[in-house]
Amino acid sequence: MRRLLQGVAILLGVSVLTFLLLFALPADPARMIAGRSATVETVARIRGELGLDRPLAVQYARYLGRLARGDLGRSYAQKVEVSTLLRSRLAATFWLMVGGILFELLIGLPAGIFAGTRRRSGFDRTVMVGAFLGVSAPQFVVGLLLLYVLAYKIPIFPLGGYGTPAHLFLPSIALGIAGGGWYARMMRSAMLEVIHQDYIRTARAKGAGERRVLTRHALRNALLPVVTMIGLDFGTFMGGVVVVESVFGWPGIGQLAWQAIQIVDIPVIMGVVLVSAVAILLGNLMADLIYPLLDPKIRYG
Amino acid sequence: MKARLLVVLVAAALLIPAATPGWGQGYGQNVNTMTVTFKDDISTLDPAIGYDWQNWSIIKSIADGLMDYDPGTTNLVPHLAESYTISSDGKTYTFKVRRGVKFHTGREVTAADVQYTLERVLNPKTQSPGAGFYSGIAGSKAFADGKAKTVTGVTVPDRYTVSITLDKPNAAFLHVMALNFAHVVPKEAVEKAGADFGHKPVGTGAFMVKEWVLGQRLVLVRNPNYFIKGRPYLNQITFQVGVEPNVAFLKLQRGEVDILGDGIPPADFLKVMADAKLNKLVAVGDQLQTGYVTINTQLQPFTDVRVRRALNMAINKTRIIRIINNRAVPATQVLPPLMPGYDKEYRGYAYDPAQAKKLLAEAGYPNGFSTALFANNTDPNPRIAQAIQQDLAAVGVKAELKTQAQSTVIEAGGTKGQAPLIWSGGMAWIADYPDPNDYYWPILACAALAPGTWNWAWYCNQGVEKMVEEADAMVRADQAGARAAKFREIYRKVMSDAPWIPIFHEKRYTMHSARLGGLPGLFVDPIHIPVHYDEVRVLGR
Amino acid sequence: MRRQPAVIGGLVLIGVLLTLAFFAPWVSPYDPTEQFADGLSQDGRPLAPNAHFLLGTDLLGRDLLSRLIYGARVSLLIGVAANGAALSIGALLGSIAGYFQGRIGTIFMRFTDLMMAFPALILAIALAAILRPSLWIVALVIAMVNWVWIARVIYGQVLTIARREFIDAARALGVPTPRIFWKHLFPHLLPTLLVWGTLGISTTVMFEASLSFLGVGVRPPTPSWGGTINESQSYFLEAPWLVAFPGASILLTSLAFNLVGDALRDALDPTLRGQGP
Repeated sequence: MRRLLQGVAILLGVSVLTFLLLFALPADPARMIAGRSATVETVARIRGELGLDRPLAVQYARYLGRLARGDLGRSYAQKVEVSTLLRSRLAATFWLMVGGILFELLIGLPAGIFAGTRRRSGFDRTVMVGAFLGVSAPQFVVGLLLLYVLAYKIPIFPLGGYGTPAHLFLPSIALGIAGGGWYARMMRSAMLEVIHQDYIRTARAKGAGERRVLTRHALRNALLPVVTMIGLDFGTFMGGVVVVESVFGWPGIGQLAWQAIQIVDIPVIMGVVLVSAVAILLGNLMADLIYPLLDPKIRYG
Repeated sequence: MKARLLVVLVAAALLIPAATPGWGQGYGQNVNTMTVTFKDDISTLDPAIGYDWQNWSIIKSIADGLMDYDPGTTNLVPHLAESYTISSDGKTYTFKVRRGVKFHTGREVTAADVQYTLERVLNPKTQSPGAGFYSGIAGSKAFADGKAKTVTGVTVPDRYTVSITLDKPNAAFLHVMALNFAHVVPKEAVEKAGADFGHKPVGTGAFMVKEWVLGQRLVLVRNPNYFIKGRPYLNQITFQVGVEPNVAFLKLQRGEVDILGDGIPPADFLKVMADAKLNKLVAVGDQLQTGYVTINTQLQPFTDVRVRRALNMAINKTRIIRIINNRAVPATQVLPPLMPGYDKEYRGYAYDPAQAKKLLAEAGYPNGFSTALFANNTDPNPRIAQAIQQDLAAVGVKAELKTQAQSTVIEAGGTKGQAPLIWSGGMAWIADYPDPNDYYWPILACAALAPGTWNWAWYCNQGVEKMVEEADAMVRADQAGARAAKFREIYRKVMSDAPWIPIFHEKRYTMHSARLGGLPGLFVDPIHIPVHYDEVRVLGR
Repeated sequence: MRRQPAVIGGLVLIGVLLTLAFFAPWVSPYDPTEQFADGLSQDGRPLAPNAHFLLGTDLLGRDLLSRLIYGARVSLLIGVAANGAALSIGALLGSIAGYFQGRIGTIFMRFTDLMMAFPALILAIALAAILRPSLWIVALVIAMVNWVWIARVIYGQVLTIARREFIDAARALGVPTPRIFWKHLFPHLLPTLLVWGTLGISTTVMFEASLSFLGVGVRPPTPSWGGTINESQSYFLEAPWLVAFPGASILLTSLAFNLVGDALRDALDPTLRGQGP
């Protein structure tokens, strides 16, 4: 309950800050709506209609009031409810994030684990080089190069766009490549540390099979920090999707936010920021809730 | 209360994705249908609100105005109106509404619907970007201010007659009545849909909305009761959104797509035009567009006309056009070539950096000066602005480049004394209607000079303004020639004041599948972008 | 020691970058902003790498190699400035909050919670739009977004250090607080700051590239690696060198600072291993 209240407080803070930022923008939404044939009076009337002529505090209070009823407002440009707009976009972003996380885990974890158990082998070196490159590569560069090689030169995958699992493949790599690198490095060092711990040695001495030692003991402990990381990934990804969606023409909330910022569509920007913040908070919450389940040493009161 | 809010948001974040799978949308190629692709979502289809190049033509197929254009041309013809008369003082237009035309709901259109439509556009609650076009109607101001229940200038003498009185003559008023904003909508449908009318539009048009999945597709289906016999040709049009131009291009080649809504992707353009098979699918035409740089005539040193003329001579337009793969022709003047009043004889300011330097020296700037050039930050505008910047630097004018979101640039342009130079690309100016006064009143007129103006040159020449007013009083059809001549004179005067550097007029390249056809010029219809949806046909049947 | 070749590689890369950036006017073959008439084909195509333009030209007919060399200046300047600012703000606020704790600490924690719940890139885009970016504004924007992470780490460290006896002793002796910060706290934070300072440059360089890629970073015609990719994006299938070369520049820069930073971490502070930005 305490966490929930804290979450709400943070959301409120985020919304206040966003609101202030948006009104500091040197642009007038009423003019964007009114179009180029509009007279000064028309713009003023529209400003009045939108309540943009009220003091900022009053506008914010009204916004909160509507929000409390679950009403995120209407897009200035498209005149659609922001919730409808978000709903039409969230699925795409959700799948992209799932793809990104899957890619990170499927590549990062095994690579890190095997590198850790085969320290200083050729495999270990390859993984480390790959991990460093992955961590250092900007998402849009990876995305564009993937498109060029695997969609244009060798047309295995679609050239951007949305619709089938095949469309999801390249964007997921672009989004997840840095995380994959982190996971590989993290798993490797975690494995190295765990393997030298007493209880692993004991297990080995007892004659437990190497595989069993690995899965039952080492892996379980090494996985702990990963859980926290996955939660935090939501935060990093929320920024990443703006770039990745722009590269691949992915119709998610990142593109929605980008377009809305271009035309100061305030309700839409507010909606995207709030949903992102909720996702980030949920990610953190998830990490905190799952962590104690895996680690018997920690119990939350 | 707060907890509930969180629950709502949490639920939204968790449940919504799961509820909308969205994978695997197939699209069959039915015989009498076509598929158009767009990158961006289609925004509202409310005729009173839609005002971008993408929804503009779609709305034209859903609703109709009293006036329209012959397909493929800029010739004005009565449409929902059967006929019209103009009073001798040029201020009152009386339209006879065509009988028996039905809305998609089945109800007959009457003159009262025209009245309702105009009042709806003028009502501030509607937030119509087109309201300004109709502010010349008598009594519109009192109505918009809430001081009058109706617009006194719009009356309905009988069921099929509507009469509109203006404050002063406007020769382009029939064009204004052909704009989407005046496309007739039924009151009961608007009220029923409320704020969602833009997504459940009802009109009299050739097509009706069948299905609209936000972010994925819009499907229009033929209106069987359309009042023009034999139209539309197609049974169904599917608009796919969220399709990148280069993806759309590949799909068109595979026969999955019929029209590239966003045009040919820049990187493929040269390849297409060089390919004997592909370039047959491209229709080339002009459009009512001018790309220009505004020079703020109220800011030092641009108050001196010699400086403004010097800037006009400094720009190498051919080189700039090369940057956009020669997809444009150099501009010498304000009006584009298709517009009545375009002056074929006028040569404008030739590219002559030496002369430009001389003029600057005469004006007292032998070493040039520093200034700023604003531009929209979407490709190719920053590139074009950089080319302009280099040309200016060559004559000693050091312009700092300010590339920003369009809303920010528009705000700067409309704020007095803010933006010395603005490259217009990506924000303005495809004409609303094919009449030369559309290039004057919103963007060059003294009357437009107020905070928030689109007259980014802050240009005002009372002599010119008077001439435009005179030209606008020439409302009779037999005065068209004289009016065009007058506008040639007007825009020569404007160019002599040099508030703009006209850079180029973009050409249109519409790529379509081989199975589509129709009237000559259909794919580069000056009013409909990318194409006149009612007139497209599937060939070979 | 075991990763010596990697570290040396990283240091060499950084050295090369710094040299190129510093001596850009002497090293680069052309003026990076000059739009050559013969830098574009007649129909407006950029030129592929050739003897005249070693890495080809961009969509305005400018020499790509020269733009990349000057771009190194921008990337490094922003990398160092933004990261330095983020580091300073983060270290200052984090250590103040950690040292005094109590109410200040709570406010600090809640505020950082708030900042971390913001989608960083969206925040940066909005800030960039408000502040109308120049090179230094971009650096400032990045610093404003990035300081939180550093502040949190420093806060955690100061919490433990502040409980140690030598701090209590100093306090009891009446040493003024700023002096305690400078003489007693700061030296203990130095390793962390050094590690983060190096790793952070890598993150910052990538962040700047992303902003410029979205068109809200450093303004044209200032040469910027991310900006070059942004300008070329519509053309990259036809002219992949316009993405590949600046992309490689970003990757190598980021990689170099990652390698060195990682080695520093191993050397200076083994407890930090496996964590990171």
